Amino acid sequence: MNDTRTLLADTCTRLFTAEVTPALIEAAEKGVWPAALWQILEENGLTLPQIPESRGGAGGAWGDAHVVLAACGRFAVPLPVAETMIGAWLLSESGLNVPLGPLTVAPVRPAEKLALAREGAGWRLSGTAVRVPWGASAGHVVVLAEGDGKPMVALVKGGTAKAEPDVNLAQEARDTLEWTGAPVLSAAAAGAGLPTGALMLAGAMARSAQMAGGLESLLSQSVKYVAERVQFGRPLASFQAIQHQLALLAGHTAAAGIAAQKGFAAMDAGDAGFEIACAKIRTGEASGLGAGIAHQCHGAIGFTYEHTLHFVTRRLWSWRAEFGAEAYWAAALGREVAARGADALWPYLTSR
Amino acid sequence: MATFNFELGELPPEAQKVREEIRDFLARTLGGTSATKRALSWGGFDREFSRKLGEAGFIGMTWPKKYGGHERSALERYVVLEETLAAGAPTSAHWVADRQSGPLLLRFGTEEQRRRFLPRIAKGELAFAIGMSEPDSGSDLASIRTRAERVEGGYRVNGTKIWTSNAHISDYAIALFRTKVVPDKKHEGLSQFLVDLKSEGIGIRPIIDLAGGHHFNEVHFQNVFVPDDMLVGKDGDGWKQVTTELAFERSGPERYLSSVQLVIELIREAGAEPGERAAVVIGRLTAHMATLRQMSLSVAGMLQAGQNPNLEAAVVKDVGTSFEQEIPEVVHALLGIEPRLGSGSQFERVFGYLVEHAPSFSLRGGTREVLRGIIARGLGLR
Repeated sequence: MNDTRTLLADTCTRLFTAEVTPALIEAAEKGVWPAALWQILEENGLTLPQIPESRGGAGGAWGDAHVVLAACGRFAVPLPVAETMIGAWLLSESGLNVPLGPLTVAPVRPAEKLALAREGAGWRLSGTAVRVPWGASAGHVVVLAEGDGKPMVALVKGGTAKAEPDVNLAQEARDTLEWTGAPVLSAAAAGAGLPTGALMLAGAMARSAQMAGGLESLLSQSVKYVAERVQFGRPLASFQAIQHQLALLAGHTAAAGIAAQKGFAAMDAGDAGFEIACAKIRTGEASGLGAGIAHQCHGAIGFTYEHTLHFVTRRLWSWRAEFGAEAYWAAALGREVAARGADALWPYLTSR
Repeated sequence: MATFNFELGELPPEAQKVREEIRDFLARTLGGTSATKRALSWGGFDREFSRKLGEAGFIGMTWPKKYGGHERSALERYVVLEETLAAGAPTSAHWVADRQSGPLLLRFGTEEQRRRFLPRIAKGELAFAIGMSEPDSGSDLASIRTRAERVEGGYRVNGTKIWTSNAHISDYAIALFRTKVVPDKKHEGLSQFLVDLKSEGIGIRPIIDLAGGHHFNEVHFQNVFVPDDMLVGKDGDGWKQVTTELAFERSGPERYLSSVQLVIELIREAGAEPGERAAVVIGRLTAHMATLRQMSLSVAGMLQAGQNPNLEAAVVKDVGTSFEQEIPEVVHALLGIEPRLGSGSQFERVFGYLVEHAPSFSLRGGTREVLRGIIARGLGLR
């Protein structure tokens, strides 16, 4: 990590340690929007790290966004930070201005389509998107939709859709939004700098960083707990069965961490389809295994609402399935690898 | 808690150039080799191949030129390792010497030892074996009992080494012996020696593995004389030196690529337009392999930077060998074909070879349990 990113990581750790308390996450789970925390994030430039300064961002790269998102995962930050970064990226890459405040994006599922129709000089949005993160509460929604037979990026105000609220396992809002000719604030052809399937790709990439961060938290919480908890007259940490489980967790955490990093590095380099598929598959699998180990090492106390472990594990279980579950990315990657042929596997791996 | 320091490693342009050179070399040297033969991976022993590889400058790559090396970077060497493994080249006649015996001599050997052995290793002429385990000392390596007693002009060795791969076809071994018994301090009084495997008093007995292969040996030492100039490093420093050697042994790409031929053959079997299930399996294996490669590259980058990635190497080996072992399991679950030996398709035979050999992947070079103990220590749990 370069010096700027180390500094950025330190800033996140400092802010989140102070602000993202169990009480704050609990309140967010009950539907309270953590407005003060959002304000702090925005003031510190953490919501748009990779957006050009000319569009109101911090002027960094996706590598900087990675640092922030991993920290968000580590602390279970209950806000649409990833969604805001991605929405702002879709807008700025398509030459549109980025509004202040929290953004979300739609559609977030592979097969869904939204449509833009011309009306006078502007556009109207129609269609249904399910399980949109903070769909009913985000200030604006950035959509990837088809208009005039081309992919377009459009910005609509929050509240312009008929919303059916729902949540994921971590009680994060995942709402169904149905637009029927809703007014569009701004729209443009999807920028040439956006890859095919930009929204799914960036979403999967962001979730992989959040999961990798979450796994780091599980590892450190578990190591701390087993050192403190005494049974049979000695700390759990002294039992080989426990040591080996945590060594395994450390391995999956390390794998998830580098897989996610590689996704962001490839995105900055301009071609990241392969790396992001790998990252989502690997971090998702590590999340399942890691959550299992962390809970096993924590015993019954870790299964209570009072303990904080579940703030991370419930997020991991949901994030695994968001922006394409492992099966989706693995099938796509597998088809691509098969189409290239058996003898191209190694040359392909080493070219990435 | 210690954190694991896996940063993305970047291969420099010269390493990309080496990749083209070694691919070209391997294509010329191995053209037409069957998948079954490639599946032996670094278990294949072929002195002719090793000599050609040495001649082409791909052994001892990072060593000083004055010792026959080529003064290339650790990352250039890394590329050669991963390419030879991916191609299923028969590397075991030089693998141990290039990976650990040579580097050990470079670090701890005398000037005379370096001049005597390193140039011949770099030429691919010398095969080395590893004399560590004993009948009563496997994972608990520090409990070894083979004695090297001080005599006029050298040492007299008595005892037995076991699981000594390729001792019967190698030239030398680097062996760990006890030169002094220090009560209650088993890590003290150990020393490393270069042993000429043709020395008088050495008896080598084959141990046939479960697949009927002969790689392992039991090596008996009966009053074997080892001259002073074959002591490696300092008398009594053996434990410190051997842990350095094990770090070389654990850090490479051979710890996740042992089953790569089965993945390749699985893709061939699935065809250009696989069904959904096969596609998911292939995609998942690819993601794991690509991630392990990044982890392994990261360790190579740390070695290049002169750091000591012992902990990270243990992590890669633990995660990597579990992955290698999972591949035949995945084939079982997906296709339900029978693993076969001498008959059947190339795919079935590669499958058969790997089903039989997979158990050894998490034993050799430090068992999974030993590695997890090392990782747990890194986490501050012990």
